[in-house]
Amino acid sequence: MAQVSLRRIVKEYEGQVQAVKGIDLDIEDEEFVVLVGPSGCGKSTTLRMIAGLEEITSGEIAIGGEVVNDIPPRDRDIAMVFQNYALYPHMSVYDNISFGLKLRKFSREEIKRRVDNAARILGIGELLERKPKALSGGQRQRVAMGRAIVRDPKVFLFDEPLSNLDAKLRVQMRTEIKQVHQTVRTTTVYVTHDQVEAMTLADRVVVMNHGIIEQVGPPNELYRNPATIFVAGFIGSPAMNMIPATLTQAAGALSVQLGDGLSVPVPEERTARYAPHANKDLLFGIRPEHLTEATRIDKQNLAPLTVKLDVIEPMGMETLVHFHINGTSVCGRVDPAAGAVAGTMMPLAAHMEHMHLIDKTSGKVL
Amino acid sequence: MAPDGTARPALSTRPAIKGRSPGVSSLERLARRRSSIAFLMTLPLILVIAGLVAYPAAWAIYLSTLNRRMTANIGFENYLILLDSETFRMIIWQSCFFALTAVFLKALIGFWLAHMLHNIPTKGQRKWRGMLLIPWVIPPALSTLGWWWMFDPSYSSINWIINVFGFPSIPWLGTPWWARIAVITVNVWYGAPFFMIMYLAALKSVPEQLYEAAAIDGATSWQRLRFITLPMMQNIISITVLFSLIVTFANYDIVRVLTNGGPRDTTHLFATYAFQVGILSANLPRGAAVSLFMLPILAVAAYFILRGVTRRTKEIA
Repeated sequence: MAQVSLRRIVKEYEGQVQAVKGIDLDIEDEEFVVLVGPSGCGKSTTLRMIAGLEEITSGEIAIGGEVVNDIPPRDRDIAMVFQNYALYPHMSVYDNISFGLKLRKFSREEIKRRVDNAARILGIGELLERKPKALSGGQRQRVAMGRAIVRDPKVFLFDEPLSNLDAKLRVQMRTEIKQVHQTVRTTTVYVTHDQVEAMTLADRVVVMNHGIIEQVGPPNELYRNPATIFVAGFIGSPAMNMIPATLTQAAGALSVQLGDGLSVPVPEERTARYAPHANKDLLFGIRPEHLTEATRIDKQNLAPLTVKLDVIEPMGMETLVHFHINGTSVCGRVDPAAGAVAGTMMPLAAHMEHMHLIDKTSGKVL
Repeated sequence: MAPDGTARPALSTRPAIKGRSPGVSSLERLARRRSSIAFLMTLPLILVIAGLVAYPAAWAIYLSTLNRRMTANIGFENYLILLDSETFRMIIWQSCFFALTAVFLKALIGFWLAHMLHNIPTKGQRKWRGMLLIPWVIPPALSTLGWWWMFDPSYSSINWIINVFGFPSIPWLGTPWWARIAVITVNVWYGAPFFMIMYLAALKSVPEQLYEAAAIDGATSWQRLRFITLPMMQNIISITVLFSLIVTFANYDIVRVLTNGGPRDTTHLFATYAFQVGILSANLPRGAAVSLFMLPILAVAAYFILRGVTRRTKEIA
């Protein structure tokens, strides 16, 4: 078990392409940290640098307090699960799992004990004699995790381990990964491009974009208080609505002009925070679940909006409604019983206590 | 294909073929079957193989049972006479020694070269690959002539180098063991690039992530070679070895140009000896018998190698 710390890590490939642009990150002992971001954001490169599979151009990586920049992967005491599992096809499941232990000269009894233990945790006891070819995707995934668990390393590294599984299995394996972490409590760094995976698994999520860290925080914190326009748009599905707007002030009260003659009042408690940005062109951000049918009158800070629905998508427990405000496509979530019909006008309510204002030029959430 | 062997209606312009309709002869129906078409399309190849492989092989077997004048069938007499001959027993041993040693060295050097090449950055790799392939693309009769000059007792460039270091000249092609070493050397020089190119292709097909996983599992570079590279390449190695074993066993040109079987038949192989007995000594049936001796030896080797390949393919691929 160990902490992992990254100090001003830079990765530059030949041809001056900077994949990672000087990131700092501290991962606590036993913590489950997920690096998430779109393809090419530098998350996998960062993970591979922690593993020692990529050289660091500059900066410092420490595992358990020891700087590992010049230490080869085999001496870093880490275990990694790859996207395509990287199981040795010529070895049985047992040999695949025990390979690292054999190389480290563990006794035969100890190897057996550890493999049996990992097999029990992962429920692959019956598969030990099989070759990887005879396993399903989910089983291969478990074997790859078994290979990591038996080593009892300081850190687990996962590189998009669920990307090759079908949707149903992905959800199931996600839960299993979380269960395994709760059982073995090993510091874990997990890379994914799927924000749902990041939200469900992580103690803390690290959102990366263009080689830098946009924001680090617990999943709910990131969801509720995104720091930048990128995080606001990346976390959450469907994504946060962002409508070009102007902030105006009249008689001490602020309101957001959305165009199309629509305007919503800013809650009183936010007036002081937003006042300096009055009369600026901003983006008004609001999540779909905070645009609901207007009948929920029990709450404060509800701003009425009557819009013409373009498309409705019944999801069962809720219905997604799509409409346009000033040319921008907007999505809301209404109760299936609210009677949303495409092509008709519908009164909606914006839950303004959850609103965000985003500065277009700096990309920061105000 | 429908269960009755006829083509599906969709494939045919005439739905009439379904039943025994008048106007469609049985010959026409036969010609329309997919299997018939497949057979007809492969027929030219079948004829070529039959004409160039099956017929000569059958003829050689028949020939080996005739007497020298080819007037009477003497059964296995030719084989028995050969087995009784000390020279021929030496040639069996020589052929096996030559083939096994040469193939082993070719495999080893080819593997080493492939590994070296594999680790050169892609940019520089092409020219090295091209240069290293040269021995394999020169017709061996010609390149062996070059080697013959280098081994020549009077003008040997190899001996000149040896003399520079103060060692006496070696009678390369004049004494049995040196001549055998010379023949094997030329064969290895000629054949190693083939192994190299096969191994290089195999090396490139091993997924990089297996090495990364092994590196994290704690494998040193030697252990990666031993536990990942070699097992992953085993099928290619087996097939290349089998192929080379066949070609090396049947080698003719190198021995013919370099030593002509001498000194005192100590470098003869099955093929060169078959030529000597069959053509030069005008005993075609016995020559045929000599060449047929290769068959069981290679058949056994092929059986075991291919069995291993099939088993691994089932397990891994």
